[in-house]
Amino acid sequence: MTAHLPALQVLVPLGCAPLCLLLRRFRTVTWLVFLLAALSSLACAVLLATRVDDGPLHYEMGGWPAPYGIEFVVAGFNTPVLLVVSVVAVVAAVYARRSVGDEVDDRRAPLVYTCLCLTLTGLLGLTVTGDVFNAFVFLEISSLSTYALIAMGRRRRALLASFRYLVIGTVGATFVLIGIGFAYAVTGTLNMADLADRLTDLDGNRALYAAVVFVFVGLAVKMAVFPLHAWLPAAYGEAPSAVSTFLAAASTKVAIYVFCRFAFTVFGAGLVFTTMPVGEVGLLLAALAMLVGSAAACFQRDLKYLLAWSSVAQIGYIVAGISLATAAGVSAGYLHVINHAVIKGALFGAAGLLVLRLGSARLDDLAGLGRRMPWTFAAIVVTGLGLVGVPPTAGFASKWALVSALLDAGAWPVLVAVLASSLLALVYVGRIVEAAWFRDPPADLPADQPRAPVSMVAAVWALVLLSVYFGIDASLPGGLADAAAAALLGTGGA
Amino acid sequence: MIGTHYVYWLLFALMMIGLYVVISHGNLLKKLIGLTLFQVGVFLFFISIGKVDGGSAPIVSDDVETYSHPLPQVLILTAIVVGVATLAVGLGLAVRIFETYGTVEEEDVLERDTTP
Repeated sequence: MTAHLPALQVLVPLGCAPLCLLLRRFRTVTWLVFLLAALSSLACAVLLATRVDDGPLHYEMGGWPAPYGIEFVVAGFNTPVLLVVSVVAVVAAVYARRSVGDEVDDRRAPLVYTCLCLTLTGLLGLTVTGDVFNAFVFLEISSLSTYALIAMGRRRRALLASFRYLVIGTVGATFVLIGIGFAYAVTGTLNMADLADRLTDLDGNRALYAAVVFVFVGLAVKMAVFPLHAWLPAAYGEAPSAVSTFLAAASTKVAIYVFCRFAFTVFGAGLVFTTMPVGEVGLLLAALAMLVGSAAACFQRDLKYLLAWSSVAQIGYIVAGISLATAAGVSAGYLHVINHAVIKGALFGAAGLLVLRLGSARLDDLAGLGRRMPWTFAAIVVTGLGLVGVPPTAGFASKWALVSALLDAGAWPVLVAVLASSLLALVYVGRIVEAAWFRDPPADLPADQPRAPVSMVAAVWALVLLSVYFGIDASLPGGLADAAAAALLGTGGA
Repeated sequence: MIGTHYVYWLLFALMMIGLYVVISHGNLLKKLIGLTLFQVGVFLFFISIGKVDGGSAPIVSDDVETYSHPLPQVLILTAIVVGVATLAVGLGLAVRIFETYGTVEEEDVLERDTTP
């Protein structure tokens, strides 16, 4: 049983998806099925994380040996991602029951849980797979179910947001497919470890350069790296709150992990960062993403759009760390993947609470509500300070790691962008605080509003407390991030 | 170069035509047509990688010495399924957009959102 954990990690959510569809008459049961899928993936992820200390785990799908069959690999570089995705899935599941019930009509609610199961399957599969074509298939499973989820947003704009994401997302995934085709053409293998072995003999092959470019441009769409981020604000802003909580925390993070996996353990750091200027391009785009994302966030009128633009900037921090291709840089990138997932999950969750109470998350509608909804706004402020990077929040820990990695590498222009982006983050978090506490509430505000559901508040506060804990004691995420960086850069890879 | 690799030139031309249609057209259905063209170009690219000169279809037979590589064809079978699913979701969304806005032109949809 325990030998099959890498497969169960993916197969349980996959099996739960059709179950949700079959049981669609019973809305609460479908929610329970999704919660069980999330809990089981968390259990698998925790068990796997405790086992990788002795070295990477290889699982042969269907008993076919590695270069021919599809292989699942669990090692230091993907356990942090598995943990992040499954923890966020559990929180989103607890959160979803009341949130989906409020924002999506009853007939469609079971379909939301079906698609959430499929998204979870895709993201986890993308994380554990050791086969490049299998990675493409999981990428499309998660993407297709994401398009459907975004389209179930409560406003009609969600439809166009979803359609636009579908078009650009499919172009991105197809670019990845072209890149895989080039890599396959020059090596004749699809297994990641086998590819890495065979590519070392192919120095200076132009088809290989094309493969690197196509794969990374395609992944950049999924990572929402500037200037390929255009789909993200509308997609996260219009999706149902439970969905944006899950996606904002998990989906771009998995794409970032896949980027690391390809860069370090398939193409190799020598080819990607020394022969080809991926590191320089990454640093440049990351710096632009920080400035543009944070600046655009300052001008948003809707809280969910503001948070989505802030995600564009925060992805810039992560990409900057990874583009350095040093142990400190990659570790800082992973640390921020973990911390940002927790912080942004909590913030989108809090925005969902506001949508539930007010029917909107426009900043103008938040006027004077700080005293009416102290818990929700306290959550927003605590995690918002994490976005800025104020000590002792989780955001400070990862930003500190990133700044010291940038200092070591002497990347001064990027450091300036990090500081400027942090100041801009202070502005946009300040706008929320200003609206909530320093403006007068509208006179016609009904005196007794319905209370926020306990399950949603508990889910949001679980993430808030986790982010505070990671700020005070960063040993758990820091240890995971260091192990990931060591597995990617050292010989302990695939 | 062109003489021996003309297939790749043709297929990349097909992909770029598809991509150009996606970018240049505001009609959502035309975007989906372009997207499908682009994907089909990639599928053909994969299959042409697997072609061996003088190779027969990869069905085991005593008369045949050389076979074309079957694996790319199998991969593309999967990718075609993915492509069909994408097209289905895309068309489904286009139908919903038409039902909601009464148009499938991107500009008109945006206009109707800004003037409620």
